[in-house]
Amino acid sequence: MDVSQYLDIFIDESKEHLQNLNTQILDLEQEPGNMDTINEIFRAAHTLKGMAGTMGYKRMQNLTHNMENVFSEVRNGAAKVNASIVDVLFQCLDALDEYVSNIQTTGDEGDNDNENLIKVFNDFLAGNTGAAAAEAPATAKAEEKPQLAEAEESWKKITYSDTQKTVIAEAAKEGLKAVGVTVTVQESCILKAARAFLVYKAIEELGEIIVSSPSAQDIEDEKFELEFSLVVLTKSDVDKVIAAAMNVSEIEKAVAGIVDVDAAPAPATEAVKEEEKEDKEEKVEETAPAVVDDKKPAEAEAKQTTQAAKTGDKKKPVVNRTVRVDIEKLDDLMNLVSELIIAKNSLVSAATTKGASTNNVNEQIEYLESVTTNLHESVMKVRMVPIESVVNKFPRMIRDLQKKLDKKMELYMSGEETELDRTVVDEIGDPLMHLLRNSADHGIEGDVKLRKERGKPEQGSIWLDAYQDGNNVVIEVRDDGNGIDVNAVKAKAIERGTITEEQAASMTDQEITNLLFLPSFSTAKKVSDISGRGVGLDVVKSKIESLSGEVSVKSTYGVGSTWTIRLPLTLAIIQSLMVVVGGEKYAIPLGNIQTIESIRPDEIKTVQLKEVINLRGSVIPIIRLNEVLGCESTRQPDEDYVIVVVKKGDVQAGLVIDELTGQQEIVIKSLGKYINKSKIISGATILGDGEVALIVDPNALI
Amino acid sequence: MNEVKAFSEAVQYIKIAVGEEFYGIDISIVDNIVRMQRITRVPNVASYIKGVINLRGEIVPIMNLRLKMGIDEIEYTKTTRIIIIKTELVGKIGLIVDAVKEVVALDDGQIEKLPYDNNDENHFVNAVGKVDDTLISLLDIGAVLAEKQAKEEA
Repeated sequence: MDVSQYLDIFIDESKEHLQNLNTQILDLEQEPGNMDTINEIFRAAHTLKGMAGTMGYKRMQNLTHNMENVFSEVRNGAAKVNASIVDVLFQCLDALDEYVSNIQTTGDEGDNDNENLIKVFNDFLAGNTGAAAAEAPATAKAEEKPQLAEAEESWKKITYSDTQKTVIAEAAKEGLKAVGVTVTVQESCILKAARAFLVYKAIEELGEIIVSSPSAQDIEDEKFELEFSLVVLTKSDVDKVIAAAMNVSEIEKAVAGIVDVDAAPAPATEAVKEEEKEDKEEKVEETAPAVVDDKKPAEAEAKQTTQAAKTGDKKKPVVNRTVRVDIEKLDDLMNLVSELIIAKNSLVSAATTKGASTNNVNEQIEYLESVTTNLHESVMKVRMVPIESVVNKFPRMIRDLQKKLDKKMELYMSGEETELDRTVVDEIGDPLMHLLRNSADHGIEGDVKLRKERGKPEQGSIWLDAYQDGNNVVIEVRDDGNGIDVNAVKAKAIERGTITEEQAASMTDQEITNLLFLPSFSTAKKVSDISGRGVGLDVVKSKIESLSGEVSVKSTYGVGSTWTIRLPLTLAIIQSLMVVVGGEKYAIPLGNIQTIESIRPDEIKTVQLKEVINLRGSVIPIIRLNEVLGCESTRQPDEDYVIVVVKKGDVQAGLVIDELTGQQEIVIKSLGKYINKSKIISGATILGDGEVALIVDPNALI
Repeated sequence: MNEVKAFSEAVQYIKIAVGEEFYGIDISIVDNIVRMQRITRVPNVASYIKGVINLRGEIVPIMNLRLKMGIDEIEYTKTTRIIIIKTELVGKIGLIVDAVKEVVALDDGQIEKLPYDNNDENHFVNAVGKVDDTLISLLDIGAVLAEKQAKEEA
């Protein structure tokens, strides 16, 4: 079956489920006994497995299957979640993530079987079943042994119903031995089912097969991994059974032994049965006509819904390459488009009506304007996604860092629902991760005593807060750690020759702190693999700036630091001021502009060879745009200067232009990969007459 | 490209004039040919980048092939055309050429590969095609576009 058309959905949904699993397992780590969480994890794993199976990703399916088994046990109370299994689960999620990204890039899941993980899961299962069995009063201590036996001898894990036990007992009276055998098919084997069938046949010749795991039907349908187990009542001895199995080609190995019914993990029977039921359920699902979309695991979905109702489910859609749009938003759009058509028609009729008055046309144009503005707003809303999809992965990251760095810390997040343009959300992940890692590695003090001396709790705190502020979205990363040691930064900067000692003396603490954003500047004494390579902060800065945002830091030594990222709500359409420089039209984003001033030529003063103006008490350097842009100014020498005052953070500058033409809403277009090297030009836009105007980036000028 | 050759004997080229010579551009990478139009200058870029144009709502950078090849720039005439080519690597780019002549089909027998020589001034050309008595230098678009980066990085 060609499933490639479902690949996008598969990738999207897999990521969603993986993220969900990540969050849930984090929760589980906090509250190992929470049944809601466990159920949720089980369902997510189950759905993921079903999806992977239908898409034909066997390795992924196999791994999820094993994970699901673990949770099946946990859910039934047969196993307890402990710290070590949580670690393994996270590794497993990473492995699954790798599969998904492999699939995303190459369409194939790769060839990592992650056998070690599967083995750990199996051991866990075996170990736990044993433990549970030992606890149960009805069982003898002797059971410990078979549990510790090799994991491969999975026939030992087969459980027997009472009837089967009776049959075995009866058979024993007749001198028949119950021999359990586990056969492993070679990994390279193509027709597993056929081989299995041959083995089945061969063993059947020796006696009556009473138990088969998985069931004979499943074996025939190739619904088993590499191994399957059988219990046969036979007169032949164990070696003969093994020989019969090994006679079939492409069989990796066969292990067998005499079944000791009493030693079977009886107390767990119910749990396992339960699991088998589960298994059957999912098999039904898998055999069902495979349509990979949300509806497929309908059952699971339905359960989830009930679950959602019960727990006020935290799960929300994670957005990847696609944007999920609320149908209401689309309806709005549709309405606006129909209005747009009406506006167009009225305009046409207004223009063609005999003796058309300009008034009438103007009226229609105004109407058209309001429609397009609304349309713009609606489209923007459609493109907005919550930053949640990005920040969701951070709790997990901090958890891992905590273990790695051996520091106690906690991440508090707020404002995950803050919405940003999808393009921005996609890009914001890495910079945020850098900052969080910085906080965890350099921020939070490793020395607990030091924290106590400073009157801080032993556990470090990192906050990630997002909120909307006017037309911007602010994301703050805060920690209650060490803060930035200004003197260390200063010393380092002098040592590196970034600044001279004289310069250092005259710099404010804030200015020195800002040096951290320069390329290759790291004060970490030790380079760790978490941060401190000196490539972090300048990358953060350039990334944020490429998104037309800005990043700043405020820090108090010994108390903590706050990194603030400020981003525009959307990138695609902005308000801008249209100016003319040397006969060429340019656009300056309104967000950067503070004021527009008319300055007499004699008001421009020269300070340290730089032209400045004194504007209401503050001295502002001026930049002649025609010089920067390499064109001739058309301004007459005695004319007043038109100066656009722009700001970047706390720094201001005045841009000298020739002429103002007005304010306009512009659509930003990229200049293309070929000439994007010009830093002061952030893009281009197409004007009403089809002409191209370049967008000046004031941030690059200051 | 090899695939195309395997299926049809001849490859089609657009024959253009730049200066005194004729050049051929593989038709499969040509997106469009447009008349000369107003070009918006972009500051601080290489001299042969004339700027950008609006191609049906898309911003397309424009390169003057004369300047790129080290030939003096001339006034645009009514035969001047912009050939919009589209590559995987850098997207759409327009090349200003003196004139577009015709489409020629060349088969392997008519094409003579040139040895690669980095110091050669004509290293934008990787083969020469022969049609009747005229020679057409076949442009290596990769070199025309990529060489720029090499220079800038150096």
